[in-house]
Amino acid sequence: MRSADTGTQTVRLRIWRGDSQAGRFVEYSVPFNDGEVVLDVVHRVQATLAPDLAVRWNCKAGKCGSCSAEIDGRPRLMCMTRMSLFDRDSPLTIAPLKTFPAERDLVTDVGFNYAVAGRVPPLAPRQTEPGEHHRIWDADIERVQEFHRCIECFLCQDVCHVLRDHESNKNKFVGPRHLVRLAELEMHPIDTADRRATARHDLGISYCNITRCCTEVCPAGIAITDNAIIPMKERVADRFFDPLRLLAAKLRSRPDSGPAK
Amino acid sequence: MAMGLFAFILYATWATFQNSHYYAAPYLSPFYSPCVSANCTYQTAPLVGSWWKVSPALAVVWIPLGFRTSCYYFRRVYYRSFWLSPPACAVADARPRYSGESRLPLILNNVHRYFFYLAFALAIVDSWDAVAAFDFSGHFGIGLGSLIMLTDAVLLWSYTLGCHSCRHLVGGRLKLLSAHRIRYRLWKGSSVLNRHHGLFGWTSLGWVGFTDLYVRLVSTGVITDPRWVLH
Ligand code: FES
Ligand code: FES
Repeated sequence: MRSADTGTQTVRLRIWRGDSQAGRFVEYSVPFNDGEVVLDVVHRVQATLAPDLAVRWNCKAGKCGSCSAEIDGRPRLMCMTRMSLFDRDSPLTIAPLKTFPAERDLVTDVGFNYAVAGRVPPLAPRQTEPGEHHRIWDADIERVQEFHRCIECFLCQDVCHVLRDHESNKNKFVGPRHLVRLAELEMHPIDTADRRATARHDLGISYCNITRCCTEVCPAGIAITDNAIIPMKERVADRFFDPLRLLAAKLRSRPDSGPAK
Repeated sequence: MAMGLFAFILYATWATFQNSHYYAAPYLSPFYSPCVSANCTYQTAPLVGSWWKVSPALAVVWIPLGFRTSCYYFRRVYYRSFWLSPPACAVADARPRYSGESRLPLILNNVHRYFFYLAFALAIVDSWDAVAAFDFSGHFGIGLGSLIMLTDAVLLWSYTLGCHSCRHLVGGRLKLLSAHRIRYRLWKGSSVLNRHHGLFGWTSLGWVGFTDLYVRLVSTGVITDPRWVLH
């Protein structure tokens, strides 16, 4: 609703309030101005109507990945979602991430992500000669740079149906964010490790059925499925599902030691 | 999307089993190409003898079928639309249990690269058909059908060369792309097509069906192919 003289509009918000035990949606009506984002309005609720409302944020610039929430059912960063996107009279629903346990109000416990991060084997840099420095060419590093844009907002982890709808998969599948990390290391020009068996057995890459919701919600615009997960699936296929390559590796009487170094 | 796929499957099945009106000189329907059995109206290569009694389309149709069924893009389409896993982003899966592509039968999608090899060969044959579509009994000519066949070949190449397996095999699998200049270029090119893989997936699919329909209508005499031939 817009009042003609001030340019200020009013919005009805349905915000989830609760803790790890129980919760429900509570409706608030607050004014907002042109150009504001959802986080501004949530802060206004906090400042004027509900001082005990818990909400996590830091940079308000889409860089820290703290303010993730589900706005009208879609995982988004509250600080990067303009109010003008929702041009209508029905209330706007703001809920915490569904995939992770609720802590309080809009704050969830995303500890799962830190717990599984360690399952991706770290960078194993090639040894250098004394006095030698690693030289890296653009052609080798450009595809990895896209993955460095990740801000760990965990929206991809939240929307991924493998984790979201199947709690029991959480010990079998690490989620898109960590497969991006896997690709980042595996494609790194100075890395020497072979993580293909880990990708299949420990990280559960074959649980991904490439339905691309992670790519759709990524606020950093990383082509998670096409540039990270599918290329890694192809590498896993090299190692486990390509009969001719398996035969060739057998004939050489040692396991296929990975892509050309 | 689901409707589009469904409509195509219906038409393709019907056309495959027709076993007639798939050739209208000089156009050969892509569903029947290469035509390799002795019962072909127009034979591309005599590979299969007269023991093959059913529609010659059945000898080749499994290649594009397998290629598209195991395509990373179309997998997304049918997992979402038919499997409802998930029906849409942030909408709950239809089934309580889920093992993704980690077990049979879906683990078989990993053979996609072999279908890519076959589809690559098929794209060469289709290009040959497109060239032959400009040959009117030894005279160069251009018919509406020639242009339709040419477009079909171009769309098929755009789809095939943007395949994720192709992108991986030509260069993506290398750790050091800088050490292989040619493979780096090929990988770059494949990546450009790959960005629009879904678009080429749909347009090539629709156009193959349309090309078959056009050949069928010319062959049955429902329409006449407008053509210009150099004498
Ligand atoms: S507050 Fe930092 S990303 Fe939104
Ligand atoms: S054809 Fe689509 S990924 Fe290979």
